[in-house]
Amino acid sequence: MHGLYTVFSKELRDHFSSYRFVILFALIAMVSFITSYMAGVHMKGNLEALAKTRFPFLTLFSTPGAVLSMVQFVAFFGPLIGLVLGFDSINRERADGTLIKLVSQPIYRDAVINGKFLAGVATISIILVSIVLVISGFGLALVGAVPEIEEIWRLFIFLLISIFYISFWLGVAILFSISFKSIATSALASVALWIFLSFFVSLGADVVANTVAPVDKSREAEPATIMKNVRIKEMASLCSPMVLYTDAIATIVDPMRKTTRSFVLMGPMEQVLSSRFQNPLPLGQSLIVVLPYVIALIAITLICFAISYLIFMLQEIRT
Amino acid sequence: MEADKIIETINLTKTYGHQTAVNSLSLEVREGEVFGFLGPNGAGKTTTLLMLLGLSRPSGGYSRVCGLDPLRMAREVKRLVGYLPENVGFYSDLNAVESLEYVATLNGIERTEASKKIHDLLELIGLSQDGRKKVGAFSRGMKQRLGIAEVLIRDPKVLFLDEPTIGLDPDGALRLIDLIQSLNRDRNITVLVSSHNLYQVQKISHRVGIMIDGKMVAEGSVESLAEEKFGVGDKEYSLEEIYMKYFQEV
Ligand SMILES: Nc1ncnc2c1ncn2[C@@H]1O[C@H](COP(=O)(O)OP(=O)(O)OP(=O)(O)O)[C@@H](O)[C@H]1O
Ligand SMILES: [Mg+2]
Repeated sequence: MHGLYTVFSKELRDHFSSYRFVILFALIAMVSFITSYMAGVHMKGNLEALAKTRFPFLTLFSTPGAVLSMVQFVAFFGPLIGLVLGFDSINRERADGTLIKLVSQPIYRDAVINGKFLAGVATISIILVSIVLVISGFGLALVGAVPEIEEIWRLFIFLLISIFYISFWLGVAILFSISFKSIATSALASVALWIFLSFFVSLGADVVANTVAPVDKSREAEPATIMKNVRIKEMASLCSPMVLYTDAIATIVDPMRKTTRSFVLMGPMEQVLSSRFQNPLPLGQSLIVVLPYVIALIAITLICFAISYLIFMLQEIRT
Repeated sequence: MEADKIIETINLTKTYGHQTAVNSLSLEVREGEVFGFLGPNGAGKTTTLLMLLGLSRPSGGYSRVCGLDPLRMAREVKRLVGYLPENVGFYSDLNAVESLEYVATLNGIERTEASKKIHDLLELIGLSQDGRKKVGAFSRGMKQRLGIAEVLIRDPKVLFLDEPTIGLDPDGALRLIDLIQSLNRDRNITVLVSSHNLYQVQKISHRVGIMIDGKMVAEGSVESLAEEKFGVGDKEYSLEEIYMKYFQEV
């Protein structure tokens, strides 16, 4: 145990004293200031709409002020935090010749990789918690919205899911830093995978869906075809952790939404109903709706870490 | 005699694909001796040391270090063995004391004991003045000595030193060799040292082993090897002459 704890605390200290972390943190703090400020201003301008919402505090996170809402911002750029914290964690030590020294100490070898992963997760948690606190402070000051207990719970769950989401990307970065000897290669590979999974998969999903079940915009299409098209699109885009994450937090931060599905799949009456009776979904129900996505997200994070773990444990370390 | 063997391998083999790095190596190092491990580049010396530490999985054969199986009891073996790798690296943003503190905590040494040990070790390696200097600013020789201090902090019974004098100036190398000799003499540490500097090896080793292409071609004291190769005579042969003779025969 002392091995794990020692590696963990050294890594944590390294993260916090590195320029990389300072820059990352400054950037994120700035963006969250801006988004929450925008959201706050937006809310002030729509006071009557605000009166109707039961959860004004959550709207701070889910309302797009200028460009992106806080939640969208985490979905898009959160992975970068994970990548930046992990892309050189093992191969830098290898290049510096400190890895062989580390594994020839009387500790279990997995203490090295577990310590590094956990230190990354701790750093991610600290970053996210402080962003949420910043925005909350803003919310209190700017619009005078005091969070209800339920809103605090929802924020807490949002934080947990986000930590898992970003930890998945930390796991990917660590995996690449184990498999690639060169730091530049692992950095490039992880960014490439991030761009591919986050942006191209959704595009690809459209292409696949439209080839398999083409929907002609000009004519009235068969309902069955539309259904098929949307289903395929949904299935394919689930390969993207970003989509998974967006789905997983959908009803958590936005209780007015009753489903993670797109409106196309609802009948006209359902749509009317869902826009008429604006009652938020209770927390328990919201959780049930997103549970499959949350589990899938946790699963891919753990699988990714397990692969890194296995490779690292079986790898021969000569330098 | 059995109990005397602190390191023993029988038919230890390591293959990388088609290439055999270590070929049925049988090696024996006795407690309290300095064993010189010689051989040309790529002979398999480093690979052997890694297998003895449980860092590399042997393709076959038997090995024991302090009576323990390095594969199964890797952590216990590492507690007893200090390994100084070929190109030892450091965290360049830590200073010497911090580096030693990190290694001490990894070894589970408690804080107050560690700081006393660190003080003594810095004295021993002659870096007392540079304890608060960043390791990134250390010279090659200082780093090498710091590396020795790092492996000494756990009070090892055995030291594996992989080319410890490489890249050191003649004076620095001499001082390091003297340090190794005194560790062996005063603390009764068994030393397995691999080196290309035959003169230095001859100076400190009780016995040497010559490894060529993964095979141990000779093992014994310098005198006994000389006798084996050149017969008895009144001429004193240097290790260099003996080594070259073996090398040409293979
Ligand atoms: N990962 C690897 N894959 C394939 N072959 C390897 C690998 N590592 C080492 N070898 C081979 O194993 C052999 C032994 O290498 P080793 O490093 O043990 O030699 P050495 O005696 O330490 O040499 P030197 O004096 O140069 O340090 C070499 O021929 C090397 O090419
Ligand atoms: Mg070597």
